[in-house]
Amino acid sequence: MNPPAIETNGLVKTFGDNRAVDGVDLTVPSGTVYGLLGPNGAGKTTVVRMLATLLRPDGGAARVFGHDVLREADAVRSRVSLTGQYASVDEDLTGTENLVLLGRLLGHGKRAARDRAAQLLAAFGLTDAADRQIKKYSGGMRRRIDIAASILNTPDLLFLDEPTTGLDPRSRNQVWDIIRIVVASGTTVLLTTQYLDEADQLAGRIAVIDHGRVIAEGTPGELKSSIGAGTVHVRLRDAAQRPAAERVLAEELGTTVQLEADPVALTARADGSSRGAAEQASRALARLAEAGIVVDDFSLGQPSLDEVFLALTASTSQAVPA
Amino acid sequence: MTTTSAQTYTPSTDTLSAVLSRGAAPARPSAWSASLTFGWRAVLKIKHVPEQLFDVTAFPIIMTLMFTYLFGGALAGSTREYLQFFLPGIMVTSVVMITMYTGVGLNTDIEKGVFDRFRTLPVWRPAALVGMIFGDVLRYILAATTIMVVGLILGFRPDGGVMGIVGGIALLVVFSFAFSWIWTMFGLLLRSEKSVMGVSMLVLFPLTFLSNVFVEPSTMPGWLQAFVEVNPITHLVTAIRSIMSGTPDMPEIMWTFIASGALVLIFGTLTMRLYNRK
Repeated sequence: MNPPAIETNGLVKTFGDNRAVDGVDLTVPSGTVYGLLGPNGAGKTTVVRMLATLLRPDGGAARVFGHDVLREADAVRSRVSLTGQYASVDEDLTGTENLVLLGRLLGHGKRAARDRAAQLLAAFGLTDAADRQIKKYSGGMRRRIDIAASILNTPDLLFLDEPTTGLDPRSRNQVWDIIRIVVASGTTVLLTTQYLDEADQLAGRIAVIDHGRVIAEGTPGELKSSIGAGTVHVRLRDAAQRPAAERVLAEELGTTVQLEADPVALTARADGSSRGAAEQASRALARLAEAGIVVDDFSLGQPSLDEVFLALTASTSQAVPA
Repeated sequence: MTTTSAQTYTPSTDTLSAVLSRGAAPARPSAWSASLTFGWRAVLKIKHVPEQLFDVTAFPIIMTLMFTYLFGGALAGSTREYLQFFLPGIMVTSVVMITMYTGVGLNTDIEKGVFDRFRTLPVWRPAALVGMIFGDVLRYILAATTIMVVGLILGFRPDGGVMGIVGGIALLVVFSFAFSWIWTMFGLLLRSEKSVMGVSMLVLFPLTFLSNVFVEPSTMPGWLQAFVEVNPITHLVTAIRSIMSGTPDMPEIMWTFIASGALVLIFGTLTMRLYNRK
């Protein structure tokens, strides 16, 4: 059987006293999108940099397609590409120059490198910007040239470190579409993100990382159902009615209700167990109206990353015997 | 072919799938070819930011004019007379001082995301740095040529003729290439551009001034002569003067080559160790 695209055992990286990555075990099968989900400083980028041979692990082992990232770094490098958090292209050079430079470094002849650059620029809608310096590109265009550079020789494994952070919604959707097409061609993708939404859209499996450890792992569906099917957000007109609203929601949804800092806002999880989450929510809304509580805004949404973290960290602390 | 404007771009499955190459990747480039490609990057950077050539043209001209007219009359009776002694030395001083920009440049360049990409490429590891120094070598040649032209205009007339001038500049460029590896090491070792500058100045000022560039060492006190004698800049200047005057001093030339080899070996190794660790 082919080795998995990525396999790590007890991977550790420390910076001074800080254990940035503290014993991470991952297995990423070939041909899938795997999401590393976590807040800033969770250790996602450090994991990626170790796997991309940019940082030496301080402990544990990591293999990419069966090649050890330390001992067989060159074999790893010939099969991976990295699109870093900050544009991994030369800002002073033009789009064409960047791609020709990389093409030459990857072993293409002068002519072939030029042709390849033109072809990629066209496919990424950057033909018009081909002769402009990257520093004059918009955020979305930078991301695209960055991904184009990463697939110059289409890699077997592509690292995308927060590919949509700071992008407007349109550019974000473009990047998502590109990632889907790249994966369909057979490339494995390791994606880091702070957005549950993004991991949900793209990844087949997700590892949630916090303080350098994997605190949960599974498909997006498994992760979400482990913490409830959805979250009900309610805004009242009158803050005085909040205690009454809290009682109604707790009763109807069967969960604890969280009182937000905003005095008119409440949040509660719908577990979706007996009936669908949407039905639970609509019944709750009806009960609030019956009780004479004025509701200005009512929505059922996916749990946010904050809520995933709250739920996951709460469940791990419960698991530890007091 | 239709052009797509950036605003209306929609990723198309057909065109994107077509550019995803599943064929065999080409063979990796040789160490030499990869270094030359990185050298080409340095040339492109000069093309896009030509102002950076200011320090390799204006600075050497000012150095030459300033010291020729400041010291010429006092030290040799006339500026023209002094120039025959002084020009090869000020050429060495200016170019060796310019080598520090290699460290400063690397220090700022390495912090940018593009180095992450370079370091994940399956190419000969030192190529990115060797190529960068190749680009700097062009700057050294430009600076040396500028000074030589100014010198010739002011009345520098070496007995070695054109061959002597070209040979002298060539030896200087070889030494400067080797000397640059000291600064790549500091560029990787030190945290900021400013500290690289500071350390460079601390090394370069004594090294260039406490030499035989400006005056004959025989006029100096004994302890200073001892330092000047072992200073590599003294050996380099002696070698270049001899080449330019048409009477090559073989031991001094050999000394320069050996020193250059040693610099690359020691500081090149230290640089690569830091580069791989960064």
